[in-house]
Amino acid sequence: MNQIVLLPVILPLLGAGLCLVFGRSARAQRVISIAILALVVTVSAVLLYRADHFGPQTVNVGGWPADIGISLVADRLSALMLLVSTIVTLCVLLYSFGQGIVEFGRDAPLSVFHPTFLVLSAGVSNAFLSADLFNLFVGFEILLVSSYVLITLGGTGARVRSGTIYIVVSMISSVVFLVAIACVYAATGTVNFAALSGRIADLPPEVSTLLQLLLLTTFCIKAAVFPLSAWLPDSYPTAPAPVTAVFAGLLTKVGIYAIIRTQTLLFPDSDLRTLLLWAAVFTMVVGILGAVAQSDIKRILSFTLVSHIGYMLFGVALGSTAGLSGAIFYIAHHITVQTTLFLVAGLIEYRSSTTNLDKLGGLARAAPVLSVMFFVPAMNLAGIPPFSGFLGKLALVQAGVDDHRWLSYVAVAAAVVTSLLTLYAIAKVWNRAFWQPAEPEHEAGDDLGSDSHGGSMHGRSGVSTKTERTSTWKVADESDEQRLPLGMVLPTVLLVGCSVALTVVAGPMLAFTTRAADELMQRSPYIVAVLGGGA
Amino acid sequence: MTPNLPLVILVGVMVAAGVTLVLERSLTRILIGFVLIGNGVSVLFLVVSGPAGTAPIVGLSDKPMSDPLPQAMVLTAIVITLGVTAFGLALAYRAWQLTGHDDVQDDVEDDLIRRRAEQDETSASFDAADAALPDEEGSDAPAQHPEIHEVPDATVPEALSTGSRGEADDSGGEDS
Repeated sequence: MNQIVLLPVILPLLGAGLCLVFGRSARAQRVISIAILALVVTVSAVLLYRADHFGPQTVNVGGWPADIGISLVADRLSALMLLVSTIVTLCVLLYSFGQGIVEFGRDAPLSVFHPTFLVLSAGVSNAFLSADLFNLFVGFEILLVSSYVLITLGGTGARVRSGTIYIVVSMISSVVFLVAIACVYAATGTVNFAALSGRIADLPPEVSTLLQLLLLTTFCIKAAVFPLSAWLPDSYPTAPAPVTAVFAGLLTKVGIYAIIRTQTLLFPDSDLRTLLLWAAVFTMVVGILGAVAQSDIKRILSFTLVSHIGYMLFGVALGSTAGLSGAIFYIAHHITVQTTLFLVAGLIEYRSSTTNLDKLGGLARAAPVLSVMFFVPAMNLAGIPPFSGFLGKLALVQAGVDDHRWLSYVAVAAAVVTSLLTLYAIAKVWNRAFWQPAEPEHEAGDDLGSDSHGGSMHGRSGVSTKTERTSTWKVADESDEQRLPLGMVLPTVLLVGCSVALTVVAGPMLAFTTRAADELMQRSPYIVAVLGGGA
Repeated sequence: MTPNLPLVILVGVMVAAGVTLVLERSLTRILIGFVLIGNGVSVLFLVVSGPAGTAPIVGLSDKPMSDPLPQAMVLTAIVITLGVTAFGLALAYRAWQLTGHDDVQDDVEDDLIRRRAEQDETSASFDAADAALPDEEGSDAPAQHPEIHEVPDATVPEALSTGSRGEADDSGGEDS
């Protein structure tokens, strides 16, 4: 029965192969990718149930013993991450069908999209499930390489430009990761997390601090933690809406997941917590200040993404069960909400053919459904009381106050200020895009010309998020532009529903994350499951 | 474990040369640098695997075996480096197709701030004398023109913007 741990990695890879075989039929690709991802969601739910009731589920691939072979483990944390990420992936895939049909016609020539998307999903699953550093590296590489393809999809000027930065930064972080793995192996003779947790404690403190720093540098680049986050707001906004959405939801969270895993398992009492707390404070504050300064919805969302990574890091850096529990809850909340917001930004872009606040206006009257779809997750992100964003932030703030160090009070203050500034940034979007009266004209053609003032994001080829759309189809169906395509709206509504549902089940959910955090803090269930049992 | 000193020095040289190249602006040079660093790290894995021994098959010889695990890892890493390099080369080629060079562009914020500064739109701290200076040392990209009205094409060299390549900047690829 433990073999089902393999499925979230194998199934998408299999599906990607099948999609390539049926590369000429967009319909077949669609059926395959939906079926595969739906199956993976089911498997993840089963895994979550089993991990919660029967302890960590492990499988040793090929029957090799865990400390030399590859093993996959689903404990509570992994299983939860897996379930949330696959649900989000499925919704984004459905959304991309809606968009694909609208933009490219029914038989889209983009035959690489589905296989790449499935490979991305396999990479994310592999990273969440892997029980050793090197397999984690492989998972990272699988998802990174497919993200390179997705971010430069179509090869337009803007995407090549932003993709270059993203790819170079990611390559460097991968090399640092490799160096870290080499050093870990040299120092301990294993890369298995469970085996490492015992051996790292025996190392001289300088060596283990060095290893920790190398690993943290890698993961902080992936997770876009403050000093290493500059690449993100430049890379994400130019990609197509579904791609940005899935990146925002998943890729940075994989980095955070890796930080949680290594911090709790390998370096349970580290000296670097203070450093991490400072990083969390600066990530929150600097990120949100960036968001306040922007005037393009996608860029605002990218900066809030960076900023809210700080909350999760804050929870991890506290190193207490309460802090970890809050961080895990916040990750689950943030994956759904941030993805939803990027999808809604895609809808706004579809509806008004721009996401620049200087050109948007009057959407509340013109598209009331869209306004609601934006409003709910936006308030959720800002942490307005009934929503899960508030509960997650509250859990983190409580954990911070309980920590009784002056630095955690600073972090709590930063969290509150960030929350308020998020509300400000979101309210700015709301006021200008939805409430302010519409400009007399915001036609598709005029954004290249009307650019004499430097504040505009658009106008410079390579800067605009809009220019990548050719105007041919846009002009062709100007008449039914008023109606948003159902194929794009329904998945978005589904995700909004998910984020609201997270509020409804917040009680059991917090209980679950507390159990997950407890399991992480104890460490022994994981270690025993990997080294003791297994297939 | 006793590390092999010549190998360690080799790693140092390769990674240092690679880092120097990665700091260049041209994507092709960055890729060559990345390949150098990648190979340097692969050699690092050889250092990690300890002293050389016999082939790691049990019962083949009485002498100590070499550690096969780092070699398996380094094989995987080499394959990944190869794939990423191939993708990077394709990207550099595409960038060259679109813009006539493969320089890594300044990020959007830098661009925005510079354009505002050139228009003297922002702050009192802006020093007009700086605006006349070239953008950045070592850049192969054409310098930004002070007159802002032509900014949409400023990154495209004059010779190319008249040809079809300049046009492809916006819409190319979507229809291919």
